[in-house]
Amino acid sequence: MDLWDFIVQRWDRLLPEAALHASAVIQCTIIAAVAGVALGVAVYRSPAGSALATALTSAILTVPSFALLGLLIPVLGLGVPPTVVALVLYALLPIVRNTIVGLSGVDSAITDAARGIGMNRLRVLTRVELRLAWPAILTGIRVSTQLLMGIAAIAAYAKGPGLGTEIFSGLARAGSANATNQALAGTLGIVVLALLVDGVFVLVGRLTVSRGIRD
Amino acid sequence: MEITLDHVTKHYPGQREAAVEDVSIVLPAGRITVFVGPSGCGKTTTMKMINRLIEPTSGTITVGGADVLSMDPDRLRRGIGYAIQQAGLFPHLTVAQNIGMVPGLLGWDRARTADRTAEMLDLVGLDAEFADRFPRQLSGGQQQRVGVARALAADPPVLLMDEPFGAVDPITRGNLQDELLNLQSELGKTIVFVTHDFDEAVKLGDRIAVLGPRSKVLQFDTPEAILANPADDTVAGFVGAGASLKQLTLLRVRDVEIDRTGVVTAGVDDPVPELRGKLAESRTKFALVLDRRNRPVRWVHVRDLNAATSLAGAGKPVGDSVSVQSTLQDALEAILTEGGNAAVTGPRGEYLGTIGLGTVTDAIAALREEHSDDHSDNHADNHSDNHSDNHADDRTGPRADSEGVTP
Repeated sequence: MDLWDFIVQRWDRLLPEAALHASAVIQCTIIAAVAGVALGVAVYRSPAGSALATALTSAILTVPSFALLGLLIPVLGLGVPPTVVALVLYALLPIVRNTIVGLSGVDSAITDAARGIGMNRLRVLTRVELRLAWPAILTGIRVSTQLLMGIAAIAAYAKGPGLGTEIFSGLARAGSANATNQALAGTLGIVVLALLVDGVFVLVGRLTVSRGIRD
Repeated sequence: MEITLDHVTKHYPGQREAAVEDVSIVLPAGRITVFVGPSGCGKTTTMKMINRLIEPTSGTITVGGADVLSMDPDRLRRGIGYAIQQAGLFPHLTVAQNIGMVPGLLGWDRARTADRTAEMLDLVGLDAEFADRFPRQLSGGQQQRVGVARALAADPPVLLMDEPFGAVDPITRGNLQDELLNLQSELGKTIVFVTHDFDEAVKLGDRIAVLGPRSKVLQFDTPEAILANPADDTVAGFVGAGASLKQLTLLRVRDVEIDRTGVVTAGVDDPVPELRGKLAESRTKFALVLDRRNRPVRWVHVRDLNAATSLAGAGKPVGDSVSVQSTLQDALEAILTEGGNAAVTGPRGEYLGTIGLGTVTDAIAALREEHSDDHSDNHADNHSDNHSDNHADDRTGPRADSEGVTP
């Protein structure tokens, strides 16, 4: 049986797995975006704070995903909890770093003018600074999403949801019938998902970045 | 609204010297006061303490009698227009959204904000089509106009301007300055204008505060008084070369005595012998020929009359003349072009008299004379000095119509 036949035959199983995979990645990215932007906002005014936040989130990214999941299982058990924690942690770095870069890149003359015409700190942040930093933040979120697409496959190791199940199961049965097809189907599925989601990001960028600052 | 600074000091922690030290000054209501001084002298810091973008370490600041330090800073700032260098426009918002920002903060409804935005665009000379453009689609000068419109949108009685025309080319800058003066003659705001350009200060200021290190007020007076009589060598150095030439831009031909009878005139249809007779009678050699509507057209030397059959073609044409609205600088230019007296014309171009080099030098001498005695009291705390206030009043006349001002 070739790969195409395998995919057609297993479609009713692959499709829900792909949906679960995408759903896990997107939800974790949203959690990471909220946490990462909040962290970035908290530290961007202080060079030391920015350096520390970037260093910490980079450190997380250097931990092999397999090891992180393995270490989380004794604490959080199997299934969704360790998957979500691991994915959110990995997604933080690009978002935090781009938030800091985006916010500190806002021209001080613009924030000075915003304060000068009577906006309070919160208004300056929400109506000026975050709007101007948004393209950078959105890029960070996009990079994180791509990163998580791959890492989420490893979540199958902790009995997490998604296309990783196919890959792990295929690799475990290496040599037997359809083992390669199964691993390939899972891998291809992730690639296609990643491309689709990337397209969605282009659309979101078009809709949410002001024409005044779009490239 | 009068603005007072009373013993205001700003000391940043960890710095040995204060950024602004013990400044006391009263900025008159409805006038343009220019803070001028070298870079880093603390003039911007001083200005920013008025709307509390920078909090003073000690001292009192009042705007229209109200103590700003006891007010909510954001509310205070919504009542004070603020325009800065490179405009500081919000790049992600349209021109209309930028201008409507303060009215929005003040809770105006949409319709009123939209009306006001359109009105402001018109006021600063931008077409309505600019409303939906983004700042990056505008030229530097247009951005500055939008910056001024944004500052004026909520009709604040006080306007703070921090080198608002610093980043545009000299020609645009001159135009923006003229427009600001025109706006001011209509609006009568209390404007604090910060610049390091003394010429700009002379052109715009009803009063100029020359600031030294730590924002020390070296001299606070009218531009005429500072040009005529700098308080000390530092101010003199800052005024720079050509103080007398700069003074010429502050005086207008109508402010000086023109010579109404010294030059013989003749109508273009008058017979030649009649003019020869008039010249002989007055013992002068030159006459001015006027056309049928009494406008000066030709200079005629007595020598030219020998060959002439009619006055229409005799002598040489008038090269340059000045109106009563012209500055003395324009007059001097005309005098030099004409090589002697220059003709002065009225509103419809009719001949009124002539102006000569002596008149110009006398006017400068008179200014010097007038200000030579006000040295002892033109330092920092002379706000109660009536003498200077009178000068400020004198200046509203020529300032009101600035179309003839040369930078």
